[in-house]
Amino acid sequence: MTTVMTRRADFPLLVRQPGLHYLDSAATAQKPAVVLDAEREFYETSYANPHRGAYALSARATECYHDARTGVARFFGLRDAACLIFTRGTTESLNLVATAWGMHNVRPGDEIVVTRLEHHANFVPWQQLALARGAAFRIVELTPDGRVDIDLLRHAVTPRTKVVAVAHVSNALGTITPLGEVAAIARSVGALVVVDGAQSAPHMAVDIEALDVDFYAFSGHKMGAPTGIGGLIGRREILEAMPPYQMGGDMIEVVGDERTSWNVLPHKFEAGTPNVGGAVALAAAVRYLTSIGMTEVRRHEQTLTAMAIERLGALPGVRLYGPDATRRSGVVSFTVDGIHAHDLATILDQEGVCVRAGHHCAQPLLRRLGVSATARASFFVYNDAADVDALVSGVRSAQTLFHGPRVVSPGTPARPATASR
Amino acid sequence: MSVTATHPAGSAALEALYQEQILAHYRHPHGKGTLAAADATVTTRNPLCGEEATVTVTLDRTGPDVRVRDIRFTSDGCSISQASASMMTDLARGRTATEIAALTDRFADLLRGDAAATHDETLGPLQAFATLSRVPARIPCALLAWKALADALRPQ
Repeated sequence: MTTVMTRRADFPLLVRQPGLHYLDSAATAQKPAVVLDAEREFYETSYANPHRGAYALSARATECYHDARTGVARFFGLRDAACLIFTRGTTESLNLVATAWGMHNVRPGDEIVVTRLEHHANFVPWQQLALARGAAFRIVELTPDGRVDIDLLRHAVTPRTKVVAVAHVSNALGTITPLGEVAAIARSVGALVVVDGAQSAPHMAVDIEALDVDFYAFSGHKMGAPTGIGGLIGRREILEAMPPYQMGGDMIEVVGDERTSWNVLPHKFEAGTPNVGGAVALAAAVRYLTSIGMTEVRRHEQTLTAMAIERLGALPGVRLYGPDATRRSGVVSFTVDGIHAHDLATILDQEGVCVRAGHHCAQPLLRRLGVSATARASFFVYNDAADVDALVSGVRSAQTLFHGPRVVSPGTPARPATASR
Repeated sequence: MSVTATHPAGSAALEALYQEQILAHYRHPHGKGTLAAADATVTTRNPLCGEEATVTVTLDRTGPDVRVRDIRFTSDGCSISQASASMMTDLARGRTATEIAALTDRFADLLRGDAAATHDETLGPLQAFATLSRVPARIPCALLAWKALADALRPQ
């Protein structure tokens, strides 16, 4: 049995619930103590409305907000921190682009290209933009093992294509999209590349300058930060040419009776009092991830993913979806013959194993796979081999319950405990 | 925690949740299919999971209260939703809309953990779902087909 190091002790919820096997980090991640401490420390020492008061405490809050932006920008290798807009998360970031950029740049007869992998958040805003603007909406299909078919993408993209919207990593299958190839194809016709980074930002090194994409959206809560904070990274010239997304305080320069001028980046896209506490916590989350090292995060998750694929795949009646572990993030989507995914999730829950069951907000993908629901286990830095053991053991319990003991492979010996807790 | 093929501690809880009657109805559902000359066809969807159930009924409207003559369901859902729908077809056939509404309310009480409902004999095989009150996330599964039937019986 491969031994993998655990960082479980850094996560108070997991420390308090030693029997819990949390395998739903693709939905949201548990929070390390350093993040909770940083948020509390900010509210206890530096909290006021930023960019407002002419008093020291407000200036301190402004500084905290500014420092948080700088820290998060550095995590993504972004040199111009003003091109990082704080949002509520990936969904708001993608809606911002589809609305503020899309409504002013997409015209009747233009084309919008997405892929079959997309989460609803990177599918529906573009579908609705196409309907609103009279544009064509193209969906690029996948290879049999669930990767974006680059040849089909090349055919789908034409001189009328204005935008290619793509998931860096699929939330349902874990598939990693080769963004370099996507960007080259889009670039050849002058189309923008909009990347849903919700599943890549927490799990692999992302160097935004090297990726050479136009927009990259991410969610803090999947990276160990609280809910309600995330971001959009965009090219300065595009952001500057775009109209604002929401109107209100902070995002204006001069408000006249008839006209208003806009504040500079990033404030133009941050109307209202910002989520400063969330930004401070997000900065702490990326410091935590950096202290581990994103290469190590990826290696750790890849080890667990390969282990889960091998051990689940060895069970009779288990079907796995998606590519091999080298081409996917820490996501394992599967079904078990004769047992609906929801029953599987309930049975696993009885054994303390948390997995997602359903369509994973990716109905167009599941329709194509020909299933209405899959079970999905997903890993993060706090998972270890004991979590994989519990998952496999839970699937076998479900098979025993539904089909009787005969289905469990007679050649599989009872495994020794790899970790006691 | 030792990792073996079965969990003696967990299996009792599992068997309480997935009673044999539920698994039996899931494996061999009653009333599964579609009625050709249906008087009403209703599909309900659980928006959280996308699961669907379709109920078709033929109705007897000669009396003061509409009565279910025959009933079928289709579903690609979980064992809870399919077993519940299967039992529903047995219970609803020949009953009036008023009787079915009362039974549905009583079933919902049972799923909420109402102690009196666990002794209510009118629920019959539905008593197998009593332990589902411990798993509130799955209660919509058990009620999915019943919602479709309620819609099918709603006065035109």
